[in-house]
Amino acid sequence: MLRLLPEPGSIAYFGPPMSDPKAELMARLRAFEGKASSEPQTARFPVNVPMIEHWCDAMGDRNPAYLDAEWAAASPRGQMIAPPTMLQAWVMPGLRRWRDRPGAGSAVGSILRVLDEAGFTSVVATNCEQEYQRELVPGDVLRTSVTIEHVSDEKQTALGTGHFVTQHYSFRDQSDEVVATMRFRMLKFRPPEASAATPAPKPARPRPRPGITHDNRFFWDGVRAGKLLIQRCAACGRLRHPPGPMCPGCRSLEWDTLESAGRGEVYSYVLHYHPQIPPFEPGHPVALVALDEGTRLVADLVGVEPEEVHVGMRVQVEFNAVDDELILPQFRPLTP
Amino acid sequence: MRFRSELANRTAIVGIGATEFSKDSGRSEMSLAVECIAAALDDAGLAPEDVDGMAAYTIENNPDAEITRNLGIPGLRFFGRTHYGGGAACATVLQAAMAVVAGVADVVVCYRAMNERSQQRFGTGVQRLSPQPTAESAHFGWYAPFGLLTPAAWVAMFARRYMHEFGVSSDDFGRISVADRKHAATNPAAWFYGQPITLEDHRASRWIVDPLRLLDCCQESDGGVAVVVTSAERARDLRRPPVLVRAAAQAMAEDQHMMTSYYRDDITGLPEMGLVARQLWETSGLTPADVQTAVVYDHFTPFVLVQLEEFGFCGRGEAKDFVKNANLELGGGLPINTHGGQLGEAYIHGMNGIAEGVRQVRGTGVNQVPDVENVLVTAGTGVPTSGILLGRA
Ligand SMILES: [Zn+2]
Repeated sequence: MLRLLPEPGSIAYFGPPMSDPKAELMARLRAFEGKASSEPQTARFPVNVPMIEHWCDAMGDRNPAYLDAEWAAASPRGQMIAPPTMLQAWVMPGLRRWRDRPGAGSAVGSILRVLDEAGFTSVVATNCEQEYQRELVPGDVLRTSVTIEHVSDEKQTALGTGHFVTQHYSFRDQSDEVVATMRFRMLKFRPPEASAATPAPKPARPRPRPGITHDNRFFWDGVRAGKLLIQRCAACGRLRHPPGPMCPGCRSLEWDTLESAGRGEVYSYVLHYHPQIPPFEPGHPVALVALDEGTRLVADLVGVEPEEVHVGMRVQVEFNAVDDELILPQFRPLTP
Repeated sequence: MRFRSELANRTAIVGIGATEFSKDSGRSEMSLAVECIAAALDDAGLAPEDVDGMAAYTIENNPDAEITRNLGIPGLRFFGRTHYGGGAACATVLQAAMAVVAGVADVVVCYRAMNERSQQRFGTGVQRLSPQPTAESAHFGWYAPFGLLTPAAWVAMFARRYMHEFGVSSDDFGRISVADRKHAATNPAAWFYGQPITLEDHRASRWIVDPLRLLDCCQESDGGVAVVVTSAERARDLRRPPVLVRAAAQAMAEDQHMMTSYYRDDITGLPEMGLVARQLWETSGLTPADVQTAVVYDHFTPFVLVQLEEFGFCGRGEAKDFVKNANLELGGGLPINTHGGQLGEAYIHGMNGIAEGVRQVRGTGVNQVPDVENVLVTAGTGVPTSGILLGRA
C-alpha cells in the first residue's frame, strides 16, 4: 500500500568531524531503533459506512459483506464489516494535518533528515505487510502507535545505494485491544548521478496551430495585430466566416475585411473533459460566439468559471498569447 | 423539387458477414476485411470469383487491391470510395446499386474493417494539424487551437443549442442509450451483451464534453462487417431471401462543413440528413408510417433525436417526447437499433447497422420486430451523409 510521506527536509549537519562517516552514520541510525516514530494517532472518524462505500467504489469491490446491511445481517457474521485493507485509511491524518503537524520532534522525521544529510535524499515505499487480529465493524475507533523497528546497513539497490527503514504499526480499538499490526518499509536512497541533476522541465504541450492558407492568412495576421477581422464581399457586402476565396452569394472573388468590435454573445458552448488533452484544462470552455456584426466563430472563453457559462452570455474579444508563438482571439464575459 | 431514381427495388443485399466485435482484435485490419467479406459471400452462396465490384469508405485503411489479391478475386470492374467518415456507410450501398443498375458490375462488396480501438482511435480527435496549407488543415484550424478537437466536442456544440431551443434534457439523450443497451443486452454479438443500463446509470456517467456524458458516446471497436449487393433478378436464385434496396441516397446541404456546420441560421437540424430523407421517401413512395424499425446512426445520442425529426417520425423539436415511454425499444412504436447500435453492439462506422437492417427484413434478428416490411438505415451525422431503405421482396 502506498502512503504519503512528508517531503524530506534538508538541514545541514553541524556536528563534530567524523572519522568513519559510514560507521558514524550507522551508529546514529541504529540509535533510532525501538523508538516511537511519532505521537500515537487516533482515527479522525470511527469506522463508518460512507467511507466504506467510497472505498469500495474506488476499488470496484462489490462484496455485499461490506455494502449490503441486509445481506450481512443474514450472513454468519451477522453484521457488516469494513474491508480489512482499509486498515490504514482509518488513521490517515489527512493532507492538511501532514502540513500542520510539527515533524521536528518525531523520530521518523529525524531519521529521514539524518539520511538526507548523508546524501540519501530520495525515498520510495517498498513493502507493506498487514496482519489482522479481528474484522473491523462500523463504530470501531482506531488508535495507532508506530515504532522504528529496524534500519538496515547500506544496501545496493536498482534505484541506488540506500538504507531500508522499517516501521511497525500497531492498531488498537476503543477497548485497547490490538486489532491489527503492520510493517511498513521504505528505502531512503542516493539517486544515481545521471538522474541527480534536475531534469529540464518538460515544455508544456503547445496548443494545435491554426492551418494557414492563402484564403485565411488575413484573419491570423489580424489576430497578431490585435484585430478581429471578418471577410466581406467587395461586390455585395456580404460577411462570411470561416473565410473563403469566393462569395457564395454573388460569386465575386473580390473581398476586403471589416474589423469587428469584438462583442457578441454565446450562441452555444461546451465544456471539454475527456479525453484530457494538454494543455487544455478539464472543463475547458469553448464557445460558438455570435458576433454583433452577424457572423459566428468558435473560440475559447477566459475569465469565467465553467459552471457560469450560459447561452446568451455577452462576451468581448481579447487577444492573448497562449504560448511563445501563438496569439489567439479569446472571449471574456462583458461586465454590465 | 421532386426526386426520381432508377434504383428503386432493382438491387438487393444478398449476403452479410462480420467478424467478432472487440476492443483488441489481435490481428490486422486486412485480416478483418477478408474474413468479413468471405463470410458475407458465403452467406449469399457466392464465391470470391463472383465479385467484380467493391465500395468502401475513404477512411478505410485497407486498399481494395490488397483485399482483392488476398481473397483471390480474379479482378474488379468497379471500385469506388466515399468520403466523410461514417457518412459513407449507406453510400457504399448506393454506389454498389448504381454500379449494378448501370451494368458496370454484377456483384459488389461493401465493407468496413478496422482496429478502431486498438490501433487508431477516432475519439481522440484532431490534436495535430497537417502542416500543409490545405483546405482541411484550414478547417480544423478554426477549432483545434481553441480546444474544440474531438468528435464528441463538435457534436456537443450542436447538442447544447438544440437543448436550449427545444427544452431538451440530458435524460432525453439518455433514453437513446437505454434503448440501445437494452437491445445489446440480448444480442450475443454485442460488446455490451448482458449489460443493460438505466437512466440513472446515464445520469451518473461522467462528462466527456458537457453536455455529452460517457453514455451518450458510442464505443470504439475493432471489427469488420461486409454486405454483398447484386441485381434483384440474380438475388432470387441465391441462398437467402433477397433484401431489396428500395431506395438509397447521399446528401450534403447548404453551408456544409465537416462536423462543424455552425454557421447556418439554424443549427438545431441536420439539413443534409433532411435531404437524404426526402430522397428516400420520394423515390420509394414510402412514408415514415411504412417503416417498422430503423437503424439510426448513433455515434452520439443527440443526433438520433434530430434524425427522427428530419425523417418526419415526429415534428421539429418533438423528438424529446417521441423518445419517451420506451417508444424506441422493442415493443415500442418505432424500435431502433435492435442490434444494440454503435453504443451497444459495436462502432463499425454504420456498416453493422446495415447488416442489422438486412436481418430485420429477413426476420432473423436476435431482437426481431414482428412483420417487418421496410427498414430505414442511416449513416454518420454532422457530415455529408447517406441513407437506405431496405424491404422485403
Ligand atoms: Zn458577394
